[in-house]
Amino acid sequence: METLPLVTVALLGAYHGLNPAMGWLFAVGLGMQDRDRRSVLRALPPIAAGHELAIALVATLVVGAGLLADPRPLKLGAAAVLIGFGIFRFAKPRAHPRWTTMRVTRKELAWWSFLMSSAHGAGLMVAPILLGIGGAESAHAHTGHTHDHPDAAMGLADAALAITVHVAAMLAVMGLVALAVYEKLGLTSLRKAWINSDQFWAAAFLVAGTVTLIS
Amino acid sequence: MSRITPDPSFYATAAQAAAAAPEQLAYVATIGVGDNGNSPPDALGVLDLDPGSSSYGRIVNRVEMPNVGDELHHFGWNACSSALCPWMPHPHVERRYLVVPGLRSSRVYVLDTGDDPQNPRIVKTIEPEEIARRTGYSRVHTVHCGPDGIYVNALGNPEGDGPGGIFVLDHDTFQVKGTWERDRGPQELAYDFWWHLGYDRVITSEWGTPKMIEAGANPELLLDNKYGHKLHVFDMKRRRHVQEIELGAEHQMVLELRPAHDPAEAYGFSGVVVSTADLSASVFLWERRTDGGFAARKVISIPAEPADPDLLPEALKQFGAVPPFVTDIALSVDDRSLYVSCWGTGELRRYDVSDPRNPRETGSVRIGGMVNNSPHPAAGPVNGGPQMVELSRDGRRVYLTNSLYRSWDDQFYPDGIRGWLVKLDAGQTARSLWIPTCLSNSPTVSGPTRSACRAATPRPTPTASPTEPDQWRPCLSSPSRCSAPTMG
Repeated sequence: METLPLVTVALLGAYHGLNPAMGWLFAVGLGMQDRDRRSVLRALPPIAAGHELAIALVATLVVGAGLLADPRPLKLGAAAVLIGFGIFRFAKPRAHPRWTTMRVTRKELAWWSFLMSSAHGAGLMVAPILLGIGGAESAHAHTGHTHDHPDAAMGLADAALAITVHVAAMLAVMGLVALAVYEKLGLTSLRKAWINSDQFWAAAFLVAGTVTLIS
Repeated sequence: MSRITPDPSFYATAAQAAAAAPEQLAYVATIGVGDNGNSPPDALGVLDLDPGSSSYGRIVNRVEMPNVGDELHHFGWNACSSALCPWMPHPHVERRYLVVPGLRSSRVYVLDTGDDPQNPRIVKTIEPEEIARRTGYSRVHTVHCGPDGIYVNALGNPEGDGPGGIFVLDHDTFQVKGTWERDRGPQELAYDFWWHLGYDRVITSEWGTPKMIEAGANPELLLDNKYGHKLHVFDMKRRRHVQEIELGAEHQMVLELRPAHDPAEAYGFSGVVVSTADLSASVFLWERRTDGGFAARKVISIPAEPADPDLLPEALKQFGAVPPFVTDIALSVDDRSLYVSCWGTGELRRYDVSDPRNPRETGSVRIGGMVNNSPHPAAGPVNGGPQMVELSRDGRRVYLTNSLYRSWDDQFYPDGIRGWLVKLDAGQTARSLWIPTCLSNSPTVSGPTRSACRAATPRPTPTASPTEPDQWRPCLSSPSRCSAPTMG
């Protein structure tokens, strides 16, 4: 597998790890509630697992569709979904399931993370990469590694690798931020530093959809 | 209506809130009073609290409601620090809309304070029919911004019977989303509600159904202990009743609920208006037990004061005593001071509740009262008594208003209540609680109306500026004309 798509999924994972709404803030909140650092650490794996599940769901759909459908209609479909989702995020930036509270089991925490990641479109954003967008181009650049079907979707093994890299990056960043905030920084800085990225994230879907469409 | 950075009036901790800049404005509900059905509408008053302003301490604007007879009550903001709750954060919404319920009319007004905080505009009116159709509730009472919506409660149904309960408004559109409870268990009466977000628990209290309260306090119902005397605990996630806490049938009318602000703590205080055993008033502490259930115990008892029956209103003459009637309580943001309004005897008490099971009285101010008629030190005679209490976030200023509920005002203060809002200063040491005597701090009386309900403070500036703990400023304006008697 090429490096560029792996870097892209890793950066996306880091972005999700950095986003307070995707989990680290919940982990810090649980730690503050219990006044125990172990509660922060305990919360991280279920949150990452839920996130991974959300991405794996989309990946399964994409890889499965890649086996059945031709690349071209698959890309058109993916582009339509991405652009549609981007428009939806512009119109309703705060739409998400309104579920759970502070008392959560690990299973509930994973389910919460799955719901939030899905509503946020975390899995959808990985779809273009799984479809070989970007990866296909770098494959062309390396003349020695010519793929038989450079425009086809990733295989199962590559998709699994991409998801693993994504979630590892997310977990690493989320864990670092959560511990730094819990141990050192506190929540005061968050009141100024938490930039509203709703529009940026919605726009990213429009860009991803457009790139998928024209590539 | 989305911000780029979090709303500066959202605080991640109670300590952050307490350290924020002082309030500059307050909003106060004023109740239209007139004779022979000729009442003016209720209004939302805008009170200037900027000590540097020439109109400091005055009502600088009044926004009249478009209808008569709403009986505005416990209003609240569309969004607050609960927007930071870690499982559903919406830090970029704005705290700018006041959600103002009419306890009598069941109407809810939404006022926008964003463009000009001194000139709120009514941007939406939710009619009682819509609330009844979507929730079955009527007589809208208290508003709290919650993590997943705006929670509102009501005393009963459109026919004036029970059950009362909670419904939810959409955060963004203010649409009535529906009844909150999935299973209310034995809960029938309603008054206040609040929560321990960290423990998934909602606590509710009991007054009476609309029929039991709208014509005034009913002595027969009261002596039969028919008014509310219980607390209820609900599971917030499942919206189910999990526990009923009996305070004792003689503890009639369990009203205000004040949970600890520290989310790791699961205790709070609840005021009881009157005991039919001895006319005393009390404050109960509820706390979470180690098994996850809740228990309550009486931690404050305030006795009735003997009085000449000639000076008492009709309903109380037979008793020869004036009951304290604890109608409101307020807990400071640092969870250390509890203020208790005695609307009957005309007293505001302060307790140190650092040890919540053993409150210590640390101050008392007398103003108004059915029998005492204690004057304001600067403005002279006043009537009514301390009712709604609002504290500044830093705990240094206390604001009081004197009206309870119109029919009850007329019953217990038959001469009619003339509205006032009084500010007290609270020092850090024991017994330092006083009413400043500068004239600019005198009660605010405005025309044929009464002040009622709570003052709420608008967006403070985000810069933290805690004042030095020992540098009291006895009066906030013209120090040369002021003195600062320590009352009580």
